[in-house]
Amino acid sequence: MTVTEAHRTIDAVWRIESAKLIAALTRMVRDVGLAEELAQDALVAALEQWPASGVPSNPGAWLMTIAKRRAIDHFRHVKMAERKHEEIGLDVETARQAIEVEPDEVPDDLLRLIFTACHPVLKTEARVALTLRLLGGLTTDEIARAFLVPEATVAQRIVRAKRTLAQKKVPFEVPVGAELAERLGSVLEVVYLIFNEGYSATAGDDLMRPQLCADAIRLGRILAGLAPTEPEVFGLLALMELQASRVRARVTADGEPILLLDQNRAKWDRLLINHGLAALERAESLAPARGPYTVQAAIAACHARAGASADTDWARIVALYGELARVAPSPVVELNRAVAVSMASGPAAALPLVDALAESPALARYHLLSTVRGDLLAKLGRTEEARVEFERAAGMTRNARERDVLLARAKEVSGAPRD
Amino acid sequence: MKFMVLVKASEETEAGVLPTEQELTAMGKFNEELVKAGVLLAAEGLHPSSKGVRLKYTNEGTSVIDGPFAETKELLAGFWILDVKSREEAVEWLKRAPFEDAEIEIRQVFAPEDFGEAYTPELREAEERMRQQSAEQHGR
Repeated sequence: MTVTEAHRTIDAVWRIESAKLIAALTRMVRDVGLAEELAQDALVAALEQWPASGVPSNPGAWLMTIAKRRAIDHFRHVKMAERKHEEIGLDVETARQAIEVEPDEVPDDLLRLIFTACHPVLKTEARVALTLRLLGGLTTDEIARAFLVPEATVAQRIVRAKRTLAQKKVPFEVPVGAELAERLGSVLEVVYLIFNEGYSATAGDDLMRPQLCADAIRLGRILAGLAPTEPEVFGLLALMELQASRVRARVTADGEPILLLDQNRAKWDRLLINHGLAALERAESLAPARGPYTVQAAIAACHARAGASADTDWARIVALYGELARVAPSPVVELNRAVAVSMASGPAAALPLVDALAESPALARYHLLSTVRGDLLAKLGRTEEARVEFERAAGMTRNARERDVLLARAKEVSGAPRD
Repeated sequence: MKFMVLVKASEETEAGVLPTEQELTAMGKFNEELVKAGVLLAAEGLHPSSKGVRLKYTNEGTSVIDGPFAETKELLAGFWILDVKSREEAVEWLKRAPFEDAEIEIRQVFAPEDFGEAYTPELREAEERMRQQSAEQHGR
């Protein structure tokens, strides 16, 4: 085995084992930062030894043995440095005994790790970085490239996050009762943020960011395995799988976006669609009332079920946006509903909805509101008003290409020869 | 990326010998691990080729040939489809499969972009139309 081959294999083993390793170690040492360092030490040992000795037959157990050995060394040092001892807040002997216990299969460890990484004491960006690091097995460099930020920034975020968790003595546990729902919301938000960062990226490293979508979906599936009775976990998973099924159809070879209705549906990934539809069914069977992710997944499912754009069930989509507006009200949801209404019942029916939104301060600087309004007006033949809206939209967008298109659109509606 | 893991048939699978409870349990445990890690997309076992059929297309037409087929080693007895980051990850997973005497093959599944489809005028046109539409909230 060459060194490169060995490193690729070690990468693969790391991806499979790292989260479980860190989770089990955290349970033993009660400090996620220390657990991760110990796991990293084991990884370094593997990188040193496996190219020569070959990959052991049970690589997970091998890594765990090394990490535990390092943990015991660590606590020996700690015993000599009492200050550090207090920081950890653990009795050294108890810690040593805990480490010497064999880690039996405790699947909850992974769930505990997810809840710790997504703990509300951390800022959102820190939760994202820590989740990818601890659960996705991504390196600092990979996270930095995925989010187009310097590696040092990510490294610092992770260090600070781990310090915050230790200082605030965040317990390594799965919350119960009312707290569970709230904390689960934070976990789902982080996973969806990761997904969206990969999904809505049109700039940056093209190869890296679809991988980010894949990482988020994998996290979603892991979560679904760990929390099989939580409907919104399946709702989010369904939403991500249905959206991801379109990844290959939604950009041109040049990486320019293609609107959903113009996409070549033959390029949609049927296997992911089937998975997404199954997850949606599961979500709906678990709860009589759909949560926001499940409703969004149901909307995505309407598109997935339509063989051609013209077959889209717009009436159902309108109803689902109405439902979404009830469970997660927002002006953007209303705007989406208006667009669906225009598809279902025509521009005249949609215009009053959009006009009503013009009062919303949240959308005062939102160029899509003007774009949608301009489009509806143009369809209704009110070209002069449409021109004004397109120009207003052009003045609000920060994207130069989009501005050009909107200005061209304004010119086109006003200059269109009509006689 | 997706990989298909092809499980080669053996004399036993071709003879329709069903797995023992122990084997099924071990395989179930392995599959559960794949599911928990979020990498399993599909997994199925196949009936022996005696229940299968082959279609052969030629200029003269299509002929239908009933199984069983010879060359046991070239036949399949089952498959997995895994969603993993690399071929090495697929290999590492399959090293953990509870096989004792078997042979498998791991093949990457083609993604549409692997075919190197051209950026056609139709696609360019679609892009232009896209820029003139406002329904972009419906997904990009």
